[in-house]
Amino acid sequence: MDTNKKLAVFIASAIVLAVLPFVVGNTLGNSWVRTIDFALLYVMLALGLNIVVGFAGLLDLGFIAFYAVGAYTFALLGSPHFDIHLPFYISIPLGAGLAAMFGLLLGTPVLKLKGDYLAIVTLGFGEIVRIFMNNLNAPVNITNGPQGINLIDPIQIGGVSLGKAIEVFGFSLNPVHMYYYVFLFLTVVVVIMVYRLQHSRIGRAWVAMREDSIAAAAMGLNIRNIKLLAFALGALSGGVAGGLFATFQGFISPESFGLLESIMILAMVVLGGMGHIPGVILGAVVLTIAPEVLRDVIGPLQMHTFGKMIVDPENARMLLFGAAMVIMMLVRPEGMWPSKRRAAEFKDAKKG
Amino acid sequence: MDIFLQQILNGLVLGSIYALIALGYTMVYGIMGLINFAHGEVVMFGAMVTITVVTSLMNAGVALPGPMLVLIGLLVAIPACMLLGYSIERVAYRPLRGAPKLAPLITAIGLSIVLQQVAILIWGRNYIPFPAILDHETIEIFGATITKLQLGIVALCLLLMIGLLVVVEKTKLGRAMRATSQNPAVASLMGVNVNTIISATFVMGSALGAIAGVMVATNYDQAHYYMGFMIGLKAFTAAVLGGIGNLGGAVAGGILLGIIESLGAGYIGDLTGGFLGSHYQDIFAFAVLIVVLIFRPSGLLGEKMADRA
Repeated sequence: MDTNKKLAVFIASAIVLAVLPFVVGNTLGNSWVRTIDFALLYVMLALGLNIVVGFAGLLDLGFIAFYAVGAYTFALLGSPHFDIHLPFYISIPLGAGLAAMFGLLLGTPVLKLKGDYLAIVTLGFGEIVRIFMNNLNAPVNITNGPQGINLIDPIQIGGVSLGKAIEVFGFSLNPVHMYYYVFLFLTVVVVIMVYRLQHSRIGRAWVAMREDSIAAAAMGLNIRNIKLLAFALGALSGGVAGGLFATFQGFISPESFGLLESIMILAMVVLGGMGHIPGVILGAVVLTIAPEVLRDVIGPLQMHTFGKMIVDPENARMLLFGAAMVIMMLVRPEGMWPSKRRAAEFKDAKKG
Repeated sequence: MDIFLQQILNGLVLGSIYALIALGYTMVYGIMGLINFAHGEVVMFGAMVTITVVTSLMNAGVALPGPMLVLIGLLVAIPACMLLGYSIERVAYRPLRGAPKLAPLITAIGLSIVLQQVAILIWGRNYIPFPAILDHETIEIFGATITKLQLGIVALCLLLMIGLLVVVEKTKLGRAMRATSQNPAVASLMGVNVNTIISATFVMGSALGAIAGVMVATNYDQAHYYMGFMIGLKAFTAAVLGGIGNLGGAVAGGILLGIIESLGAGYIGDLTGGFLGSHYQDIFAFAVLIVVLIFRPSGLLGEKMADRA
């Protein structure tokens, strides 16, 4: 696309994104704005996982652990639980930093592992973190166990809390709208970071390692360091998203950080288009919004056709999700919007 | 020391079940080089189908002794699971034979989710109790107790493992399986129908899985749509511990993991001064997996295998 066209698209998207919450809020209701906020969170998560899985080619089935670390760090530092109330510009970076350390902790022992084995070990790691979060309430109550942590502080900017509606020029700004802009800003930051990473020496090093790590090492790349960097940076993104999740939802519990969530994020990356930033964003948005649409549609649809509920919405949603994963891999394994390189790879594989 | 023998016995029972499931994983991995993520769900189906059959028979007033009812349940569950295993292979794995390893992994995970949801559709989300038709009479061995049922489980596992070993080592089918796991291309040149062998592997593994599922259900007196995941993961750990692709390794790994888990669960309170309780039991399997994969990735009985990317 030539520069003028690119600029036009850019400005158009910026305008759309800027007014989106108000348009959606007034037509479809604020619960959909909330869904969009979650979509942005998942975009951040998916982009983080994309660094590990898409760029570096390291299969990670326990990514949600970093989300959990970021969330719990924020919660412990900004809630009545320990009665510490640090501001968000300390807790979120702290959570992200801690998550990055966990990323290094995960990455170090698994340097030699590949493919399925790496997947299973990372899965185990994710489960271990979840089990600890669930059980660290005795003898010393750190995480409050299965009950989770409640009443987490909302973000406060300059004394104004984003947790309550504010009146501005006669407009009433709902928390979901305000958080939207915070999330949008941070998502853009993450997108820029990931894009720059992709087109840097490190990005190219990751691609080289992903394609053939022995040749890459022969070319002088320090495989250990770039693997660890991938894990750490991915975890960092996850940790930021986790902290934002904690402050947005106000309540966290180990339930939100299980294997299913890890699988969801992996699905967003893989089904969207592994390694391709726009594809991953698309995957995240689709896989966040589609289930919500489905939830609203599936009940009335069944009542209309069958007269009763055969499949409850949650069941139907998961069923379709699993089926989508299977079908996508059979029909279009390169994802909805793959990078050119990936599309070419799969075309070759399909032929041969 | 007083609980030591008890935990060993518990571990033996648990381990035998792990071993049976691990055999399914290791056979598929040996022949196809991929982890059949959906195997745990096959185990779950075996348990659920058996419970359904037994409950229906009881409601219909069939007056047979408990073990007979379970046997009839098994006779229904085993073919059902074999069919399920066969379908999984045909739908999710065969079309993706040449694809990069990520694709079958994703389909396997997707299928696993689908099967769990189907189980919810059929049986609901609640724990299904196993009908109380088997007596839990205990026997005492040197101060530790074990039920006759548990002894039966261990014995049956042993029989099945020996049976499988006989099939793999002494029969034509077994020879074909071993050939295919070593080199599918050359095996097909030797007249082996690789597709048939792969299907047979899945079917056999699923049959064992069905039996294992019933064992789990009778041992814990209940079944649940999600039970396949954890137990599948632990059985896979057992397979890796023993050396993936190696049948004897799966058995050894299974029993060893069962014992490690039982001893760990029993002693973890003492070991950590009360800080960690027995609900951390699940972590043992993962910890074992990580340690094995870091320090001895070929497992206890495995040979050095080529890089499986």
